Amino acid sequence: MTKPILELKGISTIVNKGTASQATILKGLNLTINPGDFITIVGTNGAGKSTLFNVIGGNLLADEGKVLHNGEDITHQGEVARTSFLSRVFQDPKLGTAPRMSVAENLLLAARRGQRRRLRFRRLKERMADFTTLAASMNNGLEERMTTATGALSGGQRQALSFLMATLKRPDIILLDEHTAALDPHTSATLMAATDAKIREDHLTALMITHHMEDAIKYGNRLLVLKAGRIVADLSGAEKAALTPEKLAGYFE
Amino acid sequence: MTLITSAIGQGLLWALLGLGLYLSFRILNVTDMTVEGTFPLGAATCVTLITKGVDPLVSSLAAFGAGMVAGLITGLLTTKGKIPSLLAGILTMTAAYSINLRIMGKSNISLLGQTTLFSNSFLKSLPTNFDSVTVGLVVVIVVTALLVLFLNTEYGQAFIATGDNPAMARSLGIATSTMVIVGLMLSNGMVGLCGALVAQSNGYADINMGIGTIVIALASIIIGEVAFGELTLGQRLVAVTLGSIIYRLILLAVLQLGFSANDLNLISSLVLALCMMLPQLDRLLNIKKPILKGVRTHD
Repeated sequence: MTKPILELKGISTIVNKGTASQATILKGLNLTINPGDFITIVGTNGAGKSTLFNVIGGNLLADEGKVLHNGEDITHQGEVARTSFLSRVFQDPKLGTAPRMSVAENLLLAARRGQRRRLRFRRLKERMADFTTLAASMNNGLEERMTTATGALSGGQRQALSFLMATLKRPDIILLDEHTAALDPHTSATLMAATDAKIREDHLTALMITHHMEDAIKYGNRLLVLKAGRIVADLSGAEKAALTPEKLAGYFE
Repeated sequence: MTLITSAIGQGLLWALLGLGLYLSFRILNVTDMTVEGTFPLGAATCVTLITKGVDPLVSSLAAFGAGMVAGLITGLLTTKGKIPSLLAGILTMTAAYSINLRIMGKSNISLLGQTTLFSNSFLKSLPTNFDSVTVGLVVVIVVTALLVLFLNTEYGQAFIATGDNPAMARSLGIATSTMVIVGLMLSNGMVGLCGALVAQSNGYADINMGIGTIVIALASIIIGEVAFGELTLGQRLVAVTLGSIIYRLILLAVLQLGFSANDLNLISSLVLALCMMLPQLDRLLNIKKPILKGVRTHD
């Protein structure tokens, strides 16, 4: 039996503690993630999907429960420390890249994710060829804009770059937070295909939030349905294969 | 001619102020008011040490150190204390006024008869004003070169990323609070050193010499950007120095028109306001586009 890469045990999060608007978002949530899992996550707004990612990413510390990475307790570890094994792609194309830095400079920053940044020369030229090859794997012309400031890229190219940056230094876990939602259908489909190819190729462990039922069913080996702070369905194998968007919608009722 | 070389000399000496503020204003995206207190702090520290018989070079470096301490305080107030950076700067600036009076013991100290950086025999052998041109040029070249080297290191790149997109920087494992503190320390260290140089050039330190410095620094940065437009990072730093010189030449021209030195702060503010409003004026008057690229704000 494989050892889980990440475990959430009895996670509860409370917002606006001690005020009239106090609310519990995640309610004693348990989740075990095994190496190589590609888990798609669906749920209505307010179900706790983003909160779940923030608890895994360390942006939000759980009020109850434990987070274990390779068996080690990281419940109280902050966001910056967790970047040594974890990367993220956000929904908003503006969030994932530095707009005034070039595509290549952004990739160079990501190459040292979670590592010490030293007073040594950045050595961008030496890596330019590698970076260009990498950018070409996204099939959207990113490789021709290596020295362009990312603020001048299209949303699709920016998201593709964010995804490359998140995978450049292999993460133990990658969190994809509706990373194709802000894109037009065609661009979204291209990025989704590239995402799937990269995850398979590098045997990455990934969690992906999506509102796109077809994508949730089509991609990954496991599917979670989140409802009111709890996981109400955890489907894999034949169960997941047999899903249709209509059946999946039934879990939301 | 003497007036022009004087303006160039002053422009070069004061360029360090613009370069210091460039780190916080343009790279970290923070408007750091601390400099209004750091500039006289550097002057007070340096001049007081010189009058106590300390070597002028050591005294100038001490001014750099004093500036760094001021930057550290603003940095801690804003990152750990969560005080908005503009207010944190104002707090440090206000507090520095009292500290500066404590250091100097009175509101004005003269360097008359003291040995300063400008006292060496080579500088004295130069024609009028060429002493400040020489000192300014050496300091600007050394500082600009060091900054370019720094910004091209792994650490420097993380520093730039922190100002550009803090959320992304954190998601890549960059401790953005530390970066802001280090940046404000470097920035204010440079401003402190600038205060020390200007005080030695003027021959005195005055408690009120910081008034208006942030406008002068911003004017150097913005004039440089308006005049030279799209540039690489290294070129931008050079543009700040050129902006500082152009700013002095503008002041010279205005003084020649018959305004008095008492009007300088008013004129400085007008020059800066005009430069910063160029994009809006462009919409109204259709001034040529290329010269405006530098002042567009980034989204």
